[in-house]
Amino acid sequence: MKIKRSNAYSKAIIFILVVLFIALFIMPMLASNNVMERLTVLFIYIIMAAMWNTLAGFGGLISIGQQLFFGLGAYATIRITNLGISPFSALLISACLVGLLSWPISTFMLKLKAGEFAIGMWVLASIGHLLVNLDPLIQGETGISLIALNQFDIEIRRTLIYLSALLGMSGLLLGLFFILRSRAGIAMQAIRDNEEAADSIGVDAEKVKRWFFIFAAFGTALAGALWLAQASSFQPKAYFSVQWTAYMIFMVLVGGLGRFEGAILGALLFFAVETWFADTGVWYLVGLGAVAMLCSLFLPKGIWGAIESRLGISLIPVGYQVAGLVIDTKSKNT
Amino acid sequence: MINSLVQAILLGGYYALVACGLAFMFQVMRIINLAHGSLAILSAYLVWEITDAFALSPFISVLMILPIMAVVGLLLQRVILERATKGGELLPVLTTFGLAIVIDNLLFQQFGANTRSLAPYLGDLSWDSYEIFGLWIGKLPVIVLLTAIVVIGGLDLVLRFTPLGRQIRATAFDPETAGLVGIDARKIAGISAAIAMMTVAISGTALGLRGTFDAYAGGPQLLFAFEATIIGGAGSLWGVFMGGIILAIAQSVGALIHPQGFLLGGHLIFLIFLFARVSLNSDAFSFKHWLVKRRHKGDTL
Repeated sequence: MKIKRSNAYSKAIIFILVVLFIALFIMPMLASNNVMERLTVLFIYIIMAAMWNTLAGFGGLISIGQQLFFGLGAYATIRITNLGISPFSALLISACLVGLLSWPISTFMLKLKAGEFAIGMWVLASIGHLLVNLDPLIQGETGISLIALNQFDIEIRRTLIYLSALLGMSGLLLGLFFILRSRAGIAMQAIRDNEEAADSIGVDAEKVKRWFFIFAAFGTALAGALWLAQASSFQPKAYFSVQWTAYMIFMVLVGGLGRFEGAILGALLFFAVETWFADTGVWYLVGLGAVAMLCSLFLPKGIWGAIESRLGISLIPVGYQVAGLVIDTKSKNT
Repeated sequence: MINSLVQAILLGGYYALVACGLAFMFQVMRIINLAHGSLAILSAYLVWEITDAFALSPFISVLMILPIMAVVGLLLQRVILERATKGGELLPVLTTFGLAIVIDNLLFQQFGANTRSLAPYLGDLSWDSYEIFGLWIGKLPVIVLLTAIVVIGGLDLVLRFTPLGRQIRATAFDPETAGLVGIDARKIAGISAAIAMMTVAISGTALGLRGTFDAYAGGPQLLFAFEATIIGGAGSLWGVFMGGIILAIAQSVGALIHPQGFLLGGHLIFLIFLFARVSLNSDAFSFKHWLVKRRHKGDTL
């Protein structure tokens, strides 16, 4: 019996991911504008899915209010660029600020249970929306444009936004990977599997959950800031809409709740569905809701969870794997 | 000032009405139904359709949809919630959220973006008011407040004094032990969901009578219901009633301070109560505590 942290698949996948990253990095030289813009959107979706999965999948914290951090990330970027700071530095600064803000929020919200936490976050998002509306710079629901981006030529701007999104996504996924493999991550997965049992072996659930909450807030804020950069205008109603959380829930539930690969797969699927079906308008949203509902009822670990348990494949292993374990039932009494 | 206080109390009656179904389901089945607001809007549309098609009074249409919503509640429990609750505390949250998205968008698909109201079908009643000590008090908000008192009082009496109420309380208190003494928890959950959906039908109608609604109005109604429940402490249904009134008063005060302060005032009072509850960290607000207290009171009598 051997306990391993990697397998043949995961070694191959690391190689593939490195190649993929390099290919994506040099993409701006080759691809058309449209492809770059769509890829930027995809990267942002992956960030959002991975961050929501961090909270819900690994911490059992279902938030219906992640649009709070998404909207605040965008709003903080507007505010910071207004001070004369370059928009691309502002992306990072605003995500850090929102991450800081999420610390006091976490002390308060993490005391709530399941459904209470979910709706409590929604109320907070509504408060965030209303407060941002009061800011004279935003001009209520009319919103404002990220004018500071105009200092860049349109081609350079598109490339910079694309690279920011690519680096943001890669950085967050890499960070998440190492966090999940750290002590805190193992503790988090223990909490996911059974909070009471984890507590009984000395896992400080509250502290671990707080760090995951802050990490998810930071990542979601970065996604919001990146979305602002690529959409270039800010309307509070659009950014603080519960729709964003609905998308995150769809991506994670379909891809695989609590599976590192699941969130990425979910984001890819959502991206594909959106590309093909967004024109159908309302029916598209009905479909998203229905699929999310059915997945939570019949496939609670999502598509990746089903693949993982059927085939025993783990491409990005964040836990420990036991190999070569043969359960010998006959020699039990000897 | 007194006028806005009176108006706030009347609005609080509506919040109490929409909150009592949410609180009831939470107390009995430990589920916060995120589709609660959307189901209220669905009821409002149903009442509107029946009123429009048969030229009836909305007060009669609502009686017609009560059994429909009861069946909806039973199906909701049997088809969705029963399965979801088996998967732990989180799945019902996700499933009912998905359901809310489906209902909202189907309503939008069917009825479009226009807002609707039941008020035009009421004739004079929609603007009639009583004049008391120089205050003008709308008849309709008074009817809604009285309905809230009747519905909450009725539920409270059923819980207190009927065999069904005893079974519901026992199931809420400890489903396993209730099962041991021969209570069919599945049946009780179904009946509770049906009762909750009937209150949802009434609250949706009240919304339609008092003002306007559209396909996406479910989310805000859910938030109001949840806030009233938390402010009231979910300790008892009368607590929820008080919660609704406190919420409405806070909103009115917010609106007096700033033109955009209506919602903000409600959210802030919600946060204050939530903070008090979390920092006191006591069990004083839980339904279980309330049941135990009541049982002890019963012992001494």
